[in-house]
Amino acid sequence: MTTARPANPVRSGNPALLGVAGLAGLLLVIELVPRIGLVDERFLPPASTIAGALADEASDAAFWAALADTIVAWAIGLAVAVVAGVLAGLVIGSVPVLRALTASTVEFLRPIPSVALIPLAVLMYGTDLGSTLLLVCYASFWQVLVQVLYGVADVDPVAFETAKSFRFSAWARIRHVLWPTALPYVFTGVRLAASVALVLAITAELVIGSPGLGKEIAVAQSSDAVPTMYALVVVTGLLGVLINLLARTGERRLLAWHQSVRGEVPV
Amino acid sequence: MLEVKGLRKVYRSGSREVEALRDLTFTVDNGDLVCLVGPSGCGKTTLLRCIAGLLDPTAGDVRVNGKAVDGPPEGMAVVFQEYGRSLFPWMSVRDNVELPLKQKKVARARRTELVEQSLDAVGLSGSESAYPWQLSGGMQQRVAIARAVAYEPQTLLMDEPFAAVDAQTRADLEDLVRRLWKRLGVTILFVTHDIDESVYLGQRVVMLSSSPTVVQDELIIDLPAERDQLTTRADPAFIAMRTRVYEQIQAAKKNAGQ
Repeated sequence: MTTARPANPVRSGNPALLGVAGLAGLLLVIELVPRIGLVDERFLPPASTIAGALADEASDAAFWAALADTIVAWAIGLAVAVVAGVLAGLVIGSVPVLRALTASTVEFLRPIPSVALIPLAVLMYGTDLGSTLLLVCYASFWQVLVQVLYGVADVDPVAFETAKSFRFSAWARIRHVLWPTALPYVFTGVRLAASVALVLAITAELVIGSPGLGKEIAVAQSSDAVPTMYALVVVTGLLGVLINLLARTGERRLLAWHQSVRGEVPV
Repeated sequence: MLEVKGLRKVYRSGSREVEALRDLTFTVDNGDLVCLVGPSGCGKTTLLRCIAGLLDPTAGDVRVNGKAVDGPPEGMAVVFQEYGRSLFPWMSVRDNVELPLKQKKVARARRTELVEQSLDAVGLSGSESAYPWQLSGGMQQRVAIARAVAYEPQTLLMDEPFAAVDAQTRADLEDLVRRLWKRLGVTILFVTHDIDESVYLGQRVVMLSSSPTVVQDELIIDLPAERDQLTTRADPAFIAMRTRVYEQIQAAKKNAGQ
């Protein structure tokens, strides 16, 4: 005999609500751990103190200027990397000779950690925006390039021959067959590049001291303003979440036709 | 008029050579509906790709209305077997049908008219804004046919277009092709591995041998122009002709086995 079981309150819970509950739990832990003395407050201030520091920062014009610097460096670097990566990917991907010619070079240059270029960046641009951009562009470019190459390789030969048989021009074949096929890959590349770009922007500012949130974190640390340092770290985290959210929303809207977004359609 | 003369195609990879087509010669007159039938693996698709200008033959030539084919010729449309891959999933049905017309620089008003007419002709009015992947297989192939018809080709190549749809849909689509052919006066070369289909559809059936392929035999199908899935297929003349084609295909296979 089977009886109707009452719905499990956790399993039937609203996922958004559960997410918020999880976050609240984390904040509670961060609040309690330093208060009961598990960790020295000098290294981890309670959540409420960090929140207070965050509020102080929000009323400081210098903080907003630093945030703007980081965002500008991130956006310019990412834009340059995306445009360059997409163009290079389309050209290299559609010419087999170029693809074969560049394959080993790409595999060699891609794994070089961007941070290894910090000395070069300093040499070239000092502590200006330029050095941040160099690192951001270098790291993000490969993410986009590699994805576009995958995308171009994924073009369906039947779709391509269809376009050919209807006498599409070379440009029309790129515009109407190659590009839409590569687009989901481009999005993946951009999403990956957006996160990497933020990491590199903060790293550059932190290590080189070019203007931005990273530099502010370093300054807070060296002047022993630990709650402020944490507050700034939280801001970089929020920035990361926001960037990811933005990328995913864009992806959903523009790729409604794609299998990964539309799911299985009952016919 | 479609002329294939001494067509030969050898695939080379490294030092290995595979002769897919040995020596093919046949013609399709303007306004004819000719079916090409042959055992599986006999190079039907290779032949069709050579005719469509998508593949360069090793020797021999293909002429469409007197002009040698050295790339996809003007006034020709191809319907592929793999409708799901031939239609663009990122475009609605309407856009899929309209895109080749845009490439052909047809004026907007005329495009709208052609898209509407061709979708109506294949029985898909009302599905214009659906995406291909929202439709069943048979309907998707109808979209591909509508796209070819809207293009107003003089020559229509069909590469086993109904191999992937179920038997009932297949019968409907066969009748659709006959209807469109009669209405539009277009020249159709229809490639199939289905013997009954070739006899039912064609005015003439060209039988191919196994690979390396030559023309095994040709047969004029003198059935009445009005064909019907029930009566035509039960007609003794139909059965005699399908038997004849079947025997030839079997003979082709046996020759290849020796």
